Amino acid sequence: MRPKGSVLVVGGGISGVQASLDLANSGFFVHLIEKKPSIGGKMAQLDKTFPTNDCSACILSPKLVEAGRHPNIKLHTLSEIVELKGDVGDFTAIVKQYPRYIDTSKCIACGACAEKCPKKVENEFDFALGTRKSAYIPYPQAVPLKYLIDKESCIWLKNPGRCGFCQKVCPAGAVNFEDTEKIIQINAGAVIISTGYTTFNPQSLDYTGYKIIPNVVTALEFERILSPSGPCMGHLERPSDKKVPKKIAWLQCVGSRSMSRDSKPYCSSFCCMYAIKQAVISREHSKEHLSASIFYMDMRTHGKDFEAYYNRAKKSGINFIKARVHNIVPTHEGNVIIRYSTPDKKINYEEFDLAVLSTGIETDLSTINLARHLNIELDDNNFIKTETFNPSKTSRNGIFVCGNAGSPKDIPQSVMDASAASVNVSGFIFQSRWEDTVNIERPKERNISAESPKIGVFVCHCGINISSVVDVKAVSEYARTLKDVAFVQDNIFSCSQDTIGQMVNIIKEKSLNRVVVASCSPRTHEALFQETLEDAGLNRYLFEMANIRDQDSWVHKDNPEKATRKAMDLVRMAVNRVRSYNALPFNSVGVNKTALVIGAGVAGITAALSIADQGFPVVLVERKDRLGGHANKFFMTWQGDDVRKYLDNITEKVKNHPNITLKLNNEISDVKGSVGRFSTTLSDGSQIDHGVAIVAIGGESYKPKDKNLPHNYLYNQNPNVMTLLELDQKFLKNEIDAKNINTAVFIHCVGSRIPQRPYCSRVCCTHAIQRAIELKKQKPLMKIFMLYRDIRTFGVIERLYTEARELGILFLRHDTEHFPVVTEENKKIIVLAWDEVLQTNIEIHPDMLVLASGVRPRDDAKKLAMLFKCAINQDGYLLEAHLKLRPVDFATEGIFLAGLCHYPKFIDESVSQAMAAAGRALTILSKDVIPAESIVANVNIQKCAACAVCIEVCPYKAISMDEKTGKAIVNETLCKGCGACVAGCRSDAIILKNIGNIEIISAIKAGLEETLFFN
Amino acid sequence: MENFEPKIIAFLCTWCSYAGADLAGISRFQYAPNIRIIKTPCSGRVSPQMILAALMQGADGVLVSGCHPGDCHYMTGNLFARRRFALLKGLLEFIGIEKDRVNFTWVSASEGEQFAKIVNEVTKKIKELGPNKKLLYEL
Repeated sequence: MRPKGSVLVVGGGISGVQASLDLANSGFFVHLIEKKPSIGGKMAQLDKTFPTNDCSACILSPKLVEAGRHPNIKLHTLSEIVELKGDVGDFTAIVKQYPRYIDTSKCIACGACAEKCPKKVENEFDFALGTRKSAYIPYPQAVPLKYLIDKESCIWLKNPGRCGFCQKVCPAGAVNFEDTEKIIQINAGAVIISTGYTTFNPQSLDYTGYKIIPNVVTALEFERILSPSGPCMGHLERPSDKKVPKKIAWLQCVGSRSMSRDSKPYCSSFCCMYAIKQAVISREHSKEHLSASIFYMDMRTHGKDFEAYYNRAKKSGINFIKARVHNIVPTHEGNVIIRYSTPDKKINYEEFDLAVLSTGIETDLSTINLARHLNIELDDNNFIKTETFNPSKTSRNGIFVCGNAGSPKDIPQSVMDASAASVNVSGFIFQSRWEDTVNIERPKERNISAESPKIGVFVCHCGINISSVVDVKAVSEYARTLKDVAFVQDNIFSCSQDTIGQMVNIIKEKSLNRVVVASCSPRTHEALFQETLEDAGLNRYLFEMANIRDQDSWVHKDNPEKATRKAMDLVRMAVNRVRSYNALPFNSVGVNKTALVIGAGVAGITAALSIADQGFPVVLVERKDRLGGHANKFFMTWQGDDVRKYLDNITEKVKNHPNITLKLNNEISDVKGSVGRFSTTLSDGSQIDHGVAIVAIGGESYKPKDKNLPHNYLYNQNPNVMTLLELDQKFLKNEIDAKNINTAVFIHCVGSRIPQRPYCSRVCCTHAIQRAIELKKQKPLMKIFMLYRDIRTFGVIERLYTEARELGILFLRHDTEHFPVVTEENKKIIVLAWDEVLQTNIEIHPDMLVLASGVRPRDDAKKLAMLFKCAINQDGYLLEAHLKLRPVDFATEGIFLAGLCHYPKFIDESVSQAMAAAGRALTILSKDVIPAESIVANVNIQKCAACAVCIEVCPYKAISMDEKTGKAIVNETLCKGCGACVAGCRSDAIILKNIGNIEIISAIKAGLEETLFFN
Repeated sequence: MENFEPKIIAFLCTWCSYAGADLAGISRFQYAPNIRIIKTPCSGRVSPQMILAALMQGADGVLVSGCHPGDCHYMTGNLFARRRFALLKGLLEFIGIEKDRVNFTWVSASEGEQFAKIVNEVTKKIKELGPNKKLLYEL
């Protein structure tokens, strides 16, 4: 039996949204279930994101809008799964939908209900730091952008007949007090759980004074304080007296890495970074000097570009204090006094204006209940249990997990996880690709090239949102007087279903060939009206909007006359602009269905298998003569799994896979073409035509041979000094002579986190600690010393660190002023190690010295990056399109990355990222043609002086010199239509279609026409 | 001069500043009605020619706003814009255009209040400068 081609995604945070988009874009219908009134999750509440300080709402919002408008994603908000019947391929979910009391098909999000609503309540989106009305939207960029009425506080719903103002003022008649709870059934072939996390509630930790001392807030509350759309409008102020704080403390690990009371034993993984980010952003916010102190146990900045961010923060004067805080007490002035002890055992007291608790995460009760309904297992920490070699797979077939429901993860990892879950799902139901999806048929496009302009203008009242300020009738009358305007109409709601239908008929009847809609913002409504044009047989680019609501009636409420004139001007500008618009072709590229995977380590193999299993041909290229890469050298994963067994299993699969062509002993020598139609030449001369490529070229293990680096620790000089991977070799060959090792020393961060090699290699702390535990188990009396700077056993790996200490392994911390000194006497190693507690050096005579020496990028990564027109970062790792939201895509479309070439990572993380890359690649491979940007640049070769400035400024490397003409030429499949080349061109030889100088300058002229401007 | 109402042309990038202007509307931040917004894909699309055209057609002031450094939807467009306008401002000053007539700012999609503030500030500055006659075609 064919499986269902639909998927159920539970939880609409960033990972749920990403999984939905990946699936919907590769041929499946998605039901996205969200228990809150809108999607967006925790990311919507953040102010900025590390390490790029991007505005969170800005980068998230386009994804939410895409999900909200996608024909193959159905949002079910205010909904919860109560039961799941059936089995993989044919699940039936029973979903309970709570009433919204506002009809989403009618609501136009004008906000009249909220404005009139007399009931003010605490806003949970702002953690009660601000208020909202009983009728509300959760946040300004909410998707779906539909209001709702809060049952708990609404006056009418408690006492029908009492208030009802919202119903009276709603111009669309959308308020429905009779709305009730509904039960619906959804059929799906597979399920993804992306229910995220809840933040730890520090009320149970009385030392923090949370909820007792007013100026102690959690980090997520502080995000809302910093957010420009938050309760303080982005002004940094403390809750008790709105005073601007000048001295703020951050307390790390609140509720994490502790066995006491309600705390969690694991590390929440991202709190160190968000605390640094908040400190940096707070200082940017304040006009005067702001003193920021972070109290920490270990700074865990183990992600890509994190260490550099940490270093910049230290350099900028943020205080990092290694101390666990004892308690917080309030002062009469509203300040807080923090009592803490430093590693040298001194007790200190320090006063701050505000304390921020870096609270960790825990699994939400609703996720625990969901796991019970779905009959899937949880692990010891209440995260959904997964497998090492497939971190998306739960204990039940056909149900997958992504994001923080599986374990603590930051945003990019959650996004990767989502794409990995999507490929797992499609692996089960790919036979039903494009079976359940919706296809929209449109009429044939009318050729208007020979017609003179006939412009139709539709002016919107938006209920009373526009017409209460702007005289819409006058604007319409004015529009009639404009040149080439053949038809004008004003509508109460231009976006309502019946008006849209009317518009289609009018365009056809009056044979209009350009359309202007004067209403709200093109950001939310342009696509809708463009589709209306297509329904009427007009090219979608013969359209322009005049934003007379968001940028006129709403911002000039007290000035109706000027607002009306402005509306007239905006209409005139739009008419002038649209007049010279041309129909643009729907650009598309045919897709070659073959995938090229470069590098046959664990990442490359996983990606190749994920794609080949779904029926697409894969060419897997490896420069060496065997498969497996670094995994061949590994003893076991941190979870304790046998790596070689796994490797044997997957290499066997690759060798026998009918869809995989293996090219060993080969490198890439040339790459031509672009997404959908690449042509790559290998070093053996063979040429491969492919539609997408996945780069998984891996990294190198760092060997402390370099004499220029400060610390070599007798490596290559003393036989008992070895790197971690060399120790693994001994384990694998059973060469560990534990009997004769009485003392072992591990030195962490060898060749990492120093000015010459500033990044953290992420995996070495865990790797070293686990091998130390292994030694200790072989010989419990062995003395083991770990000389470290910060222990970075992030997430659930923290349990290894706990176990190591319980076993009696000693951890000695040093800073950059007290590096260990290693010497030898008659081949006997002597280590001089700094003891932070004793504040002195101690001498150790180990029988074995292990250097945790980390990962480095491949030297030839840059060469490959150049071939594929991709970038590398300052450390030499390949650079993805966006550190947060496009973690496996390159800026060049159709090319993806996975594994160590991206950044150091564990095997399970490589597997997950490789699956993610495969999932992203499948969004292209699953289609016969893919759309390309229609608004692209075009070179007039008569004018082109071949100066090559355009080539220089193009961020997508879309322009090159045409060998035939000697002039610049644009590759339309690479061009994204940003217009940098147009502005850069000295000869006025490049135009951006429909956004050329002619169109813009005619809009400028129209905007400045004297007759109607103020006088 | 009391009643002088300047005409200001604003070029806003689609991804950040135009969205910021929308947010000002959604949050109902009121600002001076003297501004006429032209949406461009990126601040990097705005050429000196467009700014000069605005001044020559009778604009009393110009505002160009893009994404904050590092936030550009097209990666580097706003940085090119910044360099271009640094040069252009030098030229404008040289030919006698007061430097406050042409303004360049960053406004993100979540800075609605900031956008309203900038419009008010720019309008006020240009009001004080009086009408722009230097580059006007008629003269």
